[in-house]
Amino acid sequence: MNKVEIYRGWCKKCDICIAFCPQKVLEADEESYPTVVSPEKCTGCLLCEMRCPDFAIVVNKDEESRKETGPAAGK
Amino acid sequence: MRQTEHLVHKYLRSSKRFPHIWCAGCGIGIFMQALIRVIDQNEYSKDDIVLISGIGCSGRLPVYVDFNTLHTTHGRALTFATGIKLANPRLKVITVMGDGDAVAIGGNHFIHAARRNVEIASFVLNNSVYGMTGGQSSPTTPYGVITASAPYGNLEPDFDICRLAEAAGAVFVARATVYHTQLLDRLIDKALKKKGAAVVEVVSQCTTYAGHFLKLKSPVDMMKWQKNNSVTVEKAKQQSEAELEGKIVIGVLVDRERPSYHEQYQSLLAEKSKI
Ligand SMILES: Cc1ncc(C[n+]2csc(CCOP(=O)(O)OP(=O)(O)O)c2C)c(N)n1
Ligand code: SF4
Ligand code: SF4
Ligand code: SF4
Ligand SMILES: [Mg+2]
Repeated sequence: MNKVEIYRGWCKKCDICIAFCPQKVLEADEESYPTVVSPEKCTGCLLCEMRCPDFAIVVNKDEESRKETGPAAGK
Repeated sequence: MRQTEHLVHKYLRSSKRFPHIWCAGCGIGIFMQALIRVIDQNEYSKDDIVLISGIGCSGRLPVYVDFNTLHTTHGRALTFATGIKLANPRLKVITVMGDGDAVAIGGNHFIHAARRNVEIASFVLNNSVYGMTGGQSSPTTPYGVITASAPYGNLEPDFDICRLAEAAGAVFVARATVYHTQLLDRLIDKALKKKGAAVVEVVSQCTTYAGHFLKLKSPVDMMKWQKNNSVTVEKAKQQSEAELEGKIVIGVLVDRERPSYHEQYQSLLAEKSKI
């Protein structure tokens, strides 16, 4: 499964990653930080990572989705 | 613990304090990440890149990255860039400018850098406002809106940065928004490889000062606006001026060839030094 990591130290709670994830993988937690609620739905499209203005979210793709989308995914 | 390191860490200056100074949801960071990604994909050496900015929130960008960088005076990024490219044509010269920086105070340099066709990849982060100084009108602020310098509404019509670049002679002109990150990557890549003056207008959000006059409350609303108001170059060709009113035309607008200034300058130097 793809692993989406959020680095709270840099996150400014702008909600961009939550709003534009095509699979609705992320939601705001009680402190308004994004948190992964449906990890199984993540396709590894990298859009959350690419649109984060603070470099606070990173997608660690599993082998399967790496094969599907290739190293230049998101291009 | 984080599983994977974000790509940007390969390029950030560790001496700088993070998170960066930009407001929550500001588009500048999205562009910065895209620029780093494309530079990394092309395996350019850090030492071959010169990243130059003027003053403004956008102008802060080079401060954070470990390339050769110059944080110059307001509006003057292109003057430094021109000198560097002529002195050392081997370098990949890139400028990052705000809308005020590029086309208000730096408008003259913007026109003439395009006219000369110096090989510089320029990125204009257009957030339609003077962000750093507190939300005054810029040349791209929409007509009629209320800003810090136009409390009764902006009396100046806004102008189109890409049309200006095209008319002045830039050989590559394109536009994307920070919402359209994949397109943005492709345009950055093309601009970095163009042999001549390349200009990419990057429509971005100043969430702190432009949100209110655009009547958009949050960074997410501003990016939805970018998404819903953009039309691709291909679609725009089938639409009338009236239909395109208020729309953001995205994609490659101009891609043409013309001898670049620094190449002509190099051949002239070679020829004259023979005598
Ligand atoms: C010669 C000079 N004039 C004015 C200023 C004040 N000033 C600093 S940034 C700025 C405008 C910034 O707007 P923009 O270029 O759009 O960048 P943004 O902050 O929106 O990214 C101005 C007028 C200055 N620093 N130097
Ligand atoms: S986009 Fe980045 S800064 Fe914004 S909420 Fe998500 S992780 Fe945080
Ligand atoms: S990689 Fe794509 S699907 Fe997965 S969380 Fe990010 S935006 Fe959503
Ligand atoms: S003032 Fe505007 S442009 Fe400057 S960092 Fe804040 S949101 Fe970005
Ligand atoms: Mg601006």
